[in-house]
Amino acid sequence: MSKVKLNIARCKGCGYCVDECPKQAISFTGRISEKGYDTIQVDDEKCIACGSCYRVCPDSVFEILV
Amino acid sequence: MKLKAPECVFSSAGFCPGCGHGLASRLVGETAEELNIVEKLVTVVDVACCSFNIDYWNFDTIMAAHGRDIPTAVGVKHVRPGCPVLAYMGDGAAYSIGMAETIHAALRNDPVTVIVINNSVFGMTGGQMAPTTLPGERTATSPKGKDPARYGTLSGVELLKGMDIAYLARAELVGVGGMAKAKRYIKKALEHQLNGDGFSLVELLSPCPTNLNLPPVKAKQFVHEEMTKYFPLGEFIDKGGDK
Repeated sequence: MSKVKLNIARCKGCGYCVDECPKQAISFTGRISEKGYDTIQVDDEKCIACGSCYRVCPDSVFEILV
Repeated sequence: MKLKAPECVFSSAGFCPGCGHGLASRLVGETAEELNIVEKLVTVVDVACCSFNIDYWNFDTIMAAHGRDIPTAVGVKHVRPGCPVLAYMGDGAAYSIGMAETIHAALRNDPVTVIVINNSVFGMTGGQMAPTTLPGERTATSPKGKDPARYGTLSGVELLKGMDIAYLARAELVGVGGMAKAKRYIKKALEHQLNGDGFSLVELLSPCPTNLNLPPVKAKQFVHEEMTKYFPLGEFIDKGGDK
C-alpha cells in the first residue's frame, strides 16, 4: 500500500520536497503536468512516511496515509 | 502519523512555484483547525500577493486598502469582539506603506494578530527594492545591489521590540524545523488574542523565487543563510502567559 497520496494536479515543481526528503525517496518525473510544471514522484520502497514533504510543500500536494 | 492538508485551505492558489505564501496559508489553516476557530476566524488580507488567499482559504475574509489591513482588522475586532481577527500582509504593507498603522496598532496594543510575510522585495509589482531589502541585494530597482550607505535595511520586529505588546516573534518558512517553529509561533499569537492579551505579530521570512531570480531551492537557501543574518529568528516578546 502506498504511504503517500499525491495530488499531482497541484504540484508546481518547486523541488522543496526533493530537497528535504531525508531518504531521497522523491524525484522529478520529467513529465510536464497540465499546468506546465515538471512534477514529482515518490519511491514507496524508500519512503518512511515521516511527513517532511507534507510540511514543506507550498501547494499541499501530499497526504500521508499511515 | 496521518497528515492531510486542512479542509479550510481548499485549493492551490495562483502563487508562483516555491512561494512562501502557500506555506503560511496552510499553517494558518492548520492552526485554526487545532484551535477550533475555523467558523469564527475573520481574516483581513492586504493588496498584493497575499490577496490571493481570498481564493485559497475558507475563512470569512476582507480585503483591505493597501497597507491598511491592521486598522481594518481592529475595526472588525471592535464590531465582533468574540471573533479572533487575523491581519495577513506582506512586508511592503506592514513596514512600508502601512508602517504608521503597524506602529500605532502596537502602541495601542490592539487585540489583533498580525502575520507579516517578509520576502525582502516588493513581490507583486515586479521585485523592486523594499525597506527590507538586504544590503547589496540585487532587485529590479537596484541592479547593482542595494547601497547600504544610501539606504538602510529596516527590521520591523526590532522596531516593535520595545513596545508593550503581547507577542512578537519571527520564523522562517524554510525546512521542516522552520515550518514547525512558524506554526508554533502562529498558534501562540492566536492564543494570546483569544486570551485577550493584546497585539501579537509574527513575521515569517519567505522565499520569493520569481523576484530573487533564483530557483526555489536556492531562494530557500538565500532566506536561510542571508536573510537570517539581518533578521534574527526567535520569540522576542511573550507576555500574558497561560491564563
